[in-house]
Amino acid sequence: MQLTVNGTTHTIDVEEDMPLLWVLRDELGLTGPKYGCGISQCGACTVHIDGEAVRSCSIAAADVWGSVTTIEGLGTPDALHAVQAAWVEHQVAQCGYCQSGQIMAAAALLTDTPDPNDAEIDDAMSANLCRCGTYPRIRAAVKTAAAKLRGT
Amino acid sequence: MSRLGKIARRSFLIGSVAVAGGVAFGTYSYRKPVENPLLQDLPDGHAAITPYVRIDATGITLITPRADLGQGAYSVQAALIAEELDVTLDQIRVDPGPPSPAYYNGKVAAEGFPLAATDDGFLARNGRAFGDVVAKLMGLQITGGSSTVADAFDKLRMAGAVARETLILAASQQSGVPRSRLTTRDGAVILPDGGTLSYVSLAPVAAGLDPVTDVTLRDPADWRYLGKAMQRLDIVAKSTGTQAYGIDMQLDGMVHATVRTNPRMGGEMRGYDARAAEKMRGVIKIVPIIGGAGVIADNTWRAFAAADAIDFDWGPAPYPATSDGMWEEVGASFTRDRRDSRFRNDGDVDAALKDAKMIEAEYRIPYLAHAPLEPMTATVLLKDGRLDIWTATQIPRFMEQAAADLTGLDVADIHLHVLAAGGSFGRRLEDDYVRQTIELAMAMEGTPVKMTWRREEDMTHDFPRTLQISRARGAVRDGKVAALDLKIAALSTTASQTARLNQPVPGPDVAIVAGAWDQPFAIPDYRVSGYRVPAMVPVSSWRSVGASGNGFLHDGFLDELIHAAGADPLAERIRLCWHAPSRKVLKAVGEMSDWGSDPGPDRGRGVAFTLSFGVPVAEVVEVTNTPDGIRIDKVFVAAEVGRVIDPVNFENQVMGGVIWGLGHAMNCELTYDDGLPEQTNFDAYEGMRLYQTPEIIVRGLENTGTVRGIGEPPVPPAAPALANAIFAATGQRIRELPLNKHIDFV
Ligand code: FES
Ligand code: FES
Repeated sequence: MQLTVNGTTHTIDVEEDMPLLWVLRDELGLTGPKYGCGISQCGACTVHIDGEAVRSCSIAAADVWGSVTTIEGLGTPDALHAVQAAWVEHQVAQCGYCQSGQIMAAAALLTDTPDPNDAEIDDAMSANLCRCGTYPRIRAAVKTAAAKLRGT
Repeated sequence: MSRLGKIARRSFLIGSVAVAGGVAFGTYSYRKPVENPLLQDLPDGHAAITPYVRIDATGITLITPRADLGQGAYSVQAALIAEELDVTLDQIRVDPGPPSPAYYNGKVAAEGFPLAATDDGFLARNGRAFGDVVAKLMGLQITGGSSTVADAFDKLRMAGAVARETLILAASQQSGVPRSRLTTRDGAVILPDGGTLSYVSLAPVAAGLDPVTDVTLRDPADWRYLGKAMQRLDIVAKSTGTQAYGIDMQLDGMVHATVRTNPRMGGEMRGYDARAAEKMRGVIKIVPIIGGAGVIADNTWRAFAAADAIDFDWGPAPYPATSDGMWEEVGASFTRDRRDSRFRNDGDVDAALKDAKMIEAEYRIPYLAHAPLEPMTATVLLKDGRLDIWTATQIPRFMEQAAADLTGLDVADIHLHVLAAGGSFGRRLEDDYVRQTIELAMAMEGTPVKMTWRREEDMTHDFPRTLQISRARGAVRDGKVAALDLKIAALSTTASQTARLNQPVPGPDVAIVAGAWDQPFAIPDYRVSGYRVPAMVPVSSWRSVGASGNGFLHDGFLDELIHAAGADPLAERIRLCWHAPSRKVLKAVGEMSDWGSDPGPDRGRGVAFTLSFGVPVAEVVEVTNTPDGIRIDKVFVAAEVGRVIDPVNFENQVMGGVIWGLGHAMNCELTYDDGLPEQTNFDAYEGMRLYQTPEIIVRGLENTGTVRGIGEPPVPPAAPALANAIFAATGQRIRELPLNKHIDFV
């Protein structure tokens, strides 16, 4: 099976039904996507497939239809993506465990909807749980990132 | 050195005690300085000036022994040291340091004694000092009880100051310039001619000196970091997926594992059939462990799948099999026999209630799981008589001892590496998951084993917050609250938890009544009694511990009495409150929320107050009763913390605490059937989501001067403020959590 992740194509030998999350974490060593629930309820495992936000715990490796981007492929500490820069500026993270998924969800939202209103932010971000309760700062950071990406 | 200097030096590591005047209980063993763990095996050219600062050729490392569970503890601890040491935050690294009695936490044990934080009398002071003694003798190195900042505020600043003055002494010896003409800045000693000697270059000299301990702490007016917003040291890593948590551990040759034990906690495992599991792809070994079995595989998902395929024969639960049976047991606990405490007994409640029109109510709150988003996980390697553990924990010292007991190794051969935690909320005060991983590693000598719990294993083995019932009676007179008699029945969190740590604490359990008996209200006839329910599901500390539920039980019923008296909920609380800093908190939240103004149609405002961990917090919640259910619009929070160390982190902790309190109050509970918790994942245990999150407006008050932590105190008033607001908006008084059993939320 072939899988393109963050621009690199890997040949992997796994069961067809192994969830993408565990391919990424245990086969490819990409630990940015996190395991929280395994049943599409928390969003900690969110990655992009062809730019769309997907819960990697709940998609089988064989069903991945396009190229995968994980938080590691979005930006790095030396070259932050605008969403990550906004997350740093607003000091969103507490334990930080949910934040890879939150950032990937926000980045996908802003690609589709560059100027989201509050309801659109609520819709796109409410599938991601944060047990630490960083939601107010997530809201603010999404708006900052949106403004920055629009160049305003 | 003067006598004063000697005392300061001896008691240096316990600075907060010296400041708090713990001298009344001073004994030799108490005063004996604890050994400095960094002085053992210190290579040449290294100077370990205090257990909190390490300087070597590679730079300056600050030791931050309190775990960072997401509350920013590493950054706060580093800032406290850096402020006095005079280094910039980009010049330093932080390291949780090795487990050591030198890092004991004097503030945690203090919370175990029945002394109201408002009581400044002799007994209270001595009791708190006694807590310090106990913690020191036990060598507790615990993160909990919102104690990190309170414990560290003096201790770490003093550590930084001692290091600074010793480096100045070293510079003076090296340069021949008298100490009085030397200053420091940004990690260097400044010579009168403007030349600099870096701390790193001075470290070898400083290593040979006795630490200078007659130091003066800086005037807060001169602070560079404290009191100001700082960028958290881990914020970039946590925004780029590069922060390594326990679950992210990777080692050469590492294998993946998971375990299963009886989901009826404490029930036995009678046997299992793993024949099908053994044949599954990637399975390396199936290992029996205490109470269950573990699967070792080449991938976590394969380990999960194989564990699912094991056919276990579990014994029954050692507690009532259903929630109904448990509630019955709690309800039957209001007896003389089971009475555990009566720390408050003002006036004569029985007499006051005899002739009055009595108001009565029963309240209930459920078991709650901690469920941090990162499930329990640990990585362990047993090799050549040495055991290495990589995990996130709040109890490193206990964990080392448990590892030694389990393996038969010497504690010196146990090496614990503390990693970042994906949340905890009290869960990592337990070490069960680490002991299980050690058992697996013992079966895989020479190979590192990473064990990860499935979420379902995590939820069913959570050591939840206790369920509780309260029975309250009260009376009002002349438009005022006149009498309040509150009885609370709960499992003993302290007994359950300390038994597992092999540190049983005798006597009444303050946790049963914390946040209720110790409230600063001058109700003329006022009694709070605790009743201890016999052990059922093992329970543990959950963010804000006893106060987490008692805030609802106490303040909810107080709100009922105030309404019965026809008084204003805020004004009557202020009238009843005798503690000036608490009164200010209530007044502040009134002003912030424009209390008394018309909230508008279908809207209601509720106020609640709880003092916990020495921090008075008042919250006002505003709700709208929409056709789709209750919407929480706004929350106003005022908290007295003595001093806000970092305003951004402070606000984050308060918002997080409020969301934690509201989310669980809305929709979370663990119920049991057939001995099993019925909620095993976040589909049935949601908490608050972003679309439900209100605007939260926070104010920190700094009137007492006593520094307090804020991780837990915002939790207890959140649930009653919400229930009181729902009553104001709908007239429906809900006396049971979660509230969604009785009303819908948007
Ligand atoms: S782990 Fe995928 S949604 Fe929770
Ligand atoms: S920051 Fe901890 S779960 Fe979101």
